Parts: sequence; structure tokens; C-alpha cells
Amino acid sequence: MWEYTDKVQEHFLNPRNVGEVDDANGTGDVGSLACGDALKLTIKVDENDVITDAKFKTFGCASAIASSSALTEMIKGMPVSEAEKITNEDIADFLGGLPKEKMHCSVMGREALEAAIADFRGMVLPMAEGEIVCECFGVTDIEVRRAIQESNLRSVEEITNFTKAGGGCGKCEDKLRAILEETVVGAKQVKLEDAAPKRMTTLQKIKKIEEVLEREVRPGLRKDGGDIELIDVDGDFVIVSLRGACKSCHKSQTTIKEYVEVKLRELVLDTLIVEEAN
Amino acid sequence: MSQKNEEVVYLDNNATTCVAPEVVEAMMPYLTQFYGNPSSMYNFGGQVGESLKIARKQVADLIGADPEEITFTSCGTESDSTAILSALQSFPEKRHIVTTRVEHPAVKNLCDTVDTLTGHKHRITRLKVDAEGMLDLDEYKAALGDDTAIVSVMWANNETGVIFPIEEMARIAKERGILFHTDAVQAVGKVPINLKELEVDFLSISGHKLHAPKGVGVLYVKRGTPYTPFLAGGHQEHGRRGGTENVASIVGLGKACELAAAKMEEENTRVKALRDKLEQGLLASIPNSMLNGHKTERLPNTANVSFEYVEGEAILLHMNRYKICASSGSACTSGSLEPSHVLRAMGVPFTAAHGSIRFSLSVYNTEAEVDFVLEKMPEIIESLRKMSPFWKGDQT
Repeated sequence: MWEYTDKVQEHFLNPRNVGEVDDANGTGDVGSLACGDALKLTIKVDENDVITDAKFKTFGCASAIASSSALTEMIKGMPVSEAEKITNEDIADFLGGLPKEKMHCSVMGREALEAAIADFRGMVLPMAEGEIVCECFGVTDIEVRRAIQESNLRSVEEITNFTKAGGGCGKCEDKLRAILEETVVGAKQVKLEDAAPKRMTTLQKIKKIEEVLEREVRPGLRKDGGDIELIDVDGDFVIVSLRGACKSCHKSQTTIKEYVEVKLRELVLDTLIVEEAN
Repeated sequence: MSQKNEEVVYLDNNATTCVAPEVVEAMMPYLTQFYGNPSSMYNFGGQVGESLKIARKQVADLIGADPEEITFTSCGTESDSTAILSALQSFPEKRHIVTTRVEHPAVKNLCDTVDTLTGHKHRITRLKVDAEGMLDLDEYKAALGDDTAIVSVMWANNETGVIFPIEEMARIAKERGILFHTDAVQAVGKVPINLKELEVDFLSISGHKLHAPKGVGVLYVKRGTPYTPFLAGGHQEHGRRGGTENVASIVGLGKACELAAAKMEEENTRVKALRDKLEQGLLASIPNSMLNGHKTERLPNTANVSFEYVEGEAILLHMNRYKICASSGSACTSGSLEPSHVLRAMGVPFTAAHGSIRFSLSVYNTEAEVDFVLEKMPEIIESLRKMSPFWKGDQT
């Protein structure tokens, strides 16, 4: 059985905003029966470009339904210009995380939102113009590249978790590997050109960690009634203490390893190891 | 009184079964009092050895075999692997295996990796099934060749319960001088089996599928069949499987086999009637639902029903709210991204394959439980369909 957070279970069993907005002016249809999950998102945008209503219909598993419900809760009352910045990670974070194999459900939410906004603006999504690399699930190279860059993917397995590409017959695995290599090498070159400092003093490291915890980690934890505090930094070891609801959560280790550590590695230093204070 | 949790409506007996109270009772002395090693020379161990003999006879009696043809293993998977790898070693010049597209992973994955395991290249023929999950015997006959080392075909499918014509298939293999193995994990105890009348060379049993504990299995090897052990070690099991015997579980399995023989009629009448009531009730009360698998050539306890336009994991989690346990062939329950290979091989459309639920009963299920499931399932499916973008109302 999958390990779903309480919030995923809650949104699955009591989904919010099920249905279709009657006078919708934006519709996003993604996924298919063949793929095993699909989402139809309808939104109503007012004259001030604010999403006043959002509803969904989802065919899929618990995390697909919970991701859809979470998405509608997140975007209601939000200006379109803000909503279009929502990432799949934001949807997963809102739910307190998803099993890694289920991250494609949050990606489906993000794609449906983009499609609905594009529909509202009378535009065509670039995703549809890509070349299909995974025939089984109809995933394009553009979707794969985007997932690699946005979620810092580093293996074909991770690409499958986030996009479903490669999860069927497996014939596209070589193509996925090639796209991964191209994209990662390209990203590394860009990073080199950015000439980011390779070494940090301990003080710089602490400041950067504090900044990322404040900006990227705390908002997600606070939504669930929790918090996090930096206790110490010793070389690559970052000692933290969870607070509030996160402290007693039985998935606190998952939060630390799969959420906090991933964020700090991505945004501060890829060698950091996060541990909980005794 | 059964040993199962009375709060739970357990309809997942093809996954595992509760340990029968009589089995627990039979096992207890061997977990407490009689802990001697059955290979020992002294009486304290020797009496344990005697209990193995009794269990061997009980298992043999259930399937119409001789006790000497029974080898105790750790599980059905070990039995399957032993049979197939043994056959390949017995005929090193033959590198062809005939199996089906709907085998349990114990056989399917072994065949997928057999080249790596043995260091030799093999040709694998996986027989197709039709929309009802049945094999084409003409295709089977045509598949057999001079280089075929073994045929491995399950007796009954774990997902649909469909029963294959093992008797005829084994006879055809024998005519061609080919060894025949059947994974009978789902069939033993549910349908009559008399190996004395069959040309089956190897047959696998798993204890926990018939109310014995997990961690014990059987490989039947017909007398005279060439055999190479999978586990080398001591002289246990007449040299056929090294390792000290799992005595308590073997005693439990023997008892479970004795009980299964006594309850076979109940399985085929009362359990089948409950299964039919459940199946017919679901199909009648829930539109766009369908049965997967052959209508009659099926285990008496198994019903695999698809509910179109909804997804299996979501159904199971709603059933879990009412403590109803079953399985799904949907992708999301397995960690894979595609629905069951069995349903796909049968050509079940995606509209239905993702929403398949397997209900598998046992002699411990009651009519009240079936009534409860029939009461809850329509509202579960309806609530999920209201959420489905593909559901446009009654689409029959």
C-alpha cells in the first residue's frame, strides 16, 4: 500500500471543487483513459484576471484525485499571473508530499492548469508541438526536458516517476537517456557560464541554508501546522529540528530526507546531508 | 470460528488466506514442545521426523500423489524456479520454454531472466489467451518443438481464476517427450486434482493460499522425472532440497491439505454460490461493469469485475473505509504504470482494465459479508464516477 500523507488521504476521500464550472472561460484537458489518469480542469477568470472559481473531474488514483483537489484550492482567488507560476512541486508540497512514483499526478495538475490558462488566453500550449518520445503514454520530448530541468531529474526512473514516459513497453528508454544527457549537460554548461562560486565559507553556507529554509521549506511546513529550525552546520552536515505538527509526524524522516535535503542540495550545495537533532 | 479478523470483510484469498484454527492447533506443539531437528538420530528429533511423514502423506493425498513425490520448499516461487531450472539442467541441449502470457510473476519473471540466471540463451514462447482468458490448444501444439525443454502453464490464473486444460496439455507434452510443469498454487484445495491420472511432471503448491502459514510450499516431482536440486546442501528431502525443514509450517500445511480435501465440496457449492451472488449482484446493480475471465471454466472462489471509467486504486481505498479487502489489476496498485499483464493479454479495454477488482473468497466468508459488499460497492463506484471526466451517465 502506498504511503500517503494525511492530507493526500483527506483530499482523496473528501475532494474539494468536484465538477465543472458552469460559465468557465478556461478548460484544461490532460491525460487519457489509456494512460490511466486524466484531469479536466475548468476555471472562471473575472475581468481583473483573477480565478474566481475552479473545478475538476479526475479519472485516476488517490494521488491524482488529491492533486486535482489541491490544485483547485490553491488557485481559487489567485490572479492568473500568480497561478501560472504554480509548479508540480507546489502541488505536491501543498499535500505534504507524494510518493516519488506518484509525482506524475502533480505534473498532470500543473499541465491541466497551464492548458486551462492557455485556453483562457486563446493560446496553444507548446507541449503539444513536441515530438512524441513515449508512445505508450503520449509524452513529448518537450515535456521530458521540462521535467528534467524543473525537478532536477537525474535518471530515467525519475523521468518515469514524473512524466510516465518509459513506464509502458520501455522501448523509449534509450531516447529518454539521450534527452537526459543532453539536458543535464546543457544545464551544467549554463551553470558554468553563471560562474557560481564553487566554495562557500561556513558563514556563507549557513546564510544560504537559512535563506532557502525560509523561502522554500517553511511555507510548505507551516501549511501543515509545522515548522523547522536550523540547529547547526558542521561541514556538509546540516542539523535541523522539526517543530509543531511536523515534529510528531510519523513521516518526519521522509520530510527531512526527501523534502528538506532535496531542496538544500538543489539550491545550496549538492553534497549537504540533513539530519534531525536528537 | 475462523482465525481471521472479524471486523474485516476479507475477499482477497488469492493473495493470501487466514491460517485455519485447526492448522494453528496442529502447529503449536512444534513451535513449543517438539523442537528437535528431524534429521537427528535420537527420539526427540525422530518423532519430529515422523510428523513430516504424516504431513507428506496429507499433501500427497490431496493431489493424488505418492508421499515420495512430495518435496517441501519455502514457497510456490521456489517450487516454480526449481521445476523450470531443473528441467533446463536436465536437458542442456534444449533451450526452449513454452509458457503463457498470463503467468504469475514467479514464472513470468523467471522466464524473463532465465538467460542471465543460467548463462545460456533461451527461446521463450508465451502463449496468447483469448478475451475470456483461455488458451488456444492449436497454438500450443504448434509451439512445441524438438528443442522444448519444459512447458510451464499455471493450473488456474490468480487474477481471473480461469482454469486451463492442464490434463490435455500435459498429455500433449508427454507425447512429445517434453517435461510439463504447472503452477497450481491457486488451484490446489479448490478443485479436485489426481496426479496419478495426469502426465504432469512438476506441480507447485504454496501453503498460505490454502489456510496454512506463509513460508512453506511444495514441489511435486513425478517419480522418474529427471531432477536437479535448486538448493544444494544437506540430505534433507531425500537430497532434493537442502536446508532444515520448516517443521511447524510443514505440519500446518499437511493439516491444511487434509482440511482442504474435506472442504472441497463446500468450496465448490457454498463458496461458489456466494461468489456467484456477489458477481451477479455487482453486475446487476452497477452499470458498465463486466466480468473478466471465462464464465464457467473458473475457480469457484474468484470473480474479477471491471468498473468502467474509474480507477482500481481509488476503488480499493474507498473499500478500505469499510474494511473490505480485495485486489486490483490497476497499474497504480502495483507500482507499475500499466494495468495487469493478464488483463492486457486478454485484450480487456483500457476503459475497464484500470478499474478491475478481484474478489476472491474462502470457506470463511459469509453471506452477510457478501450482502455488505453488495450494499457498499454501488455507492463507491457512483461517487468515483461523479468525479470521472469520462463518465457521462449510464452508458450501457
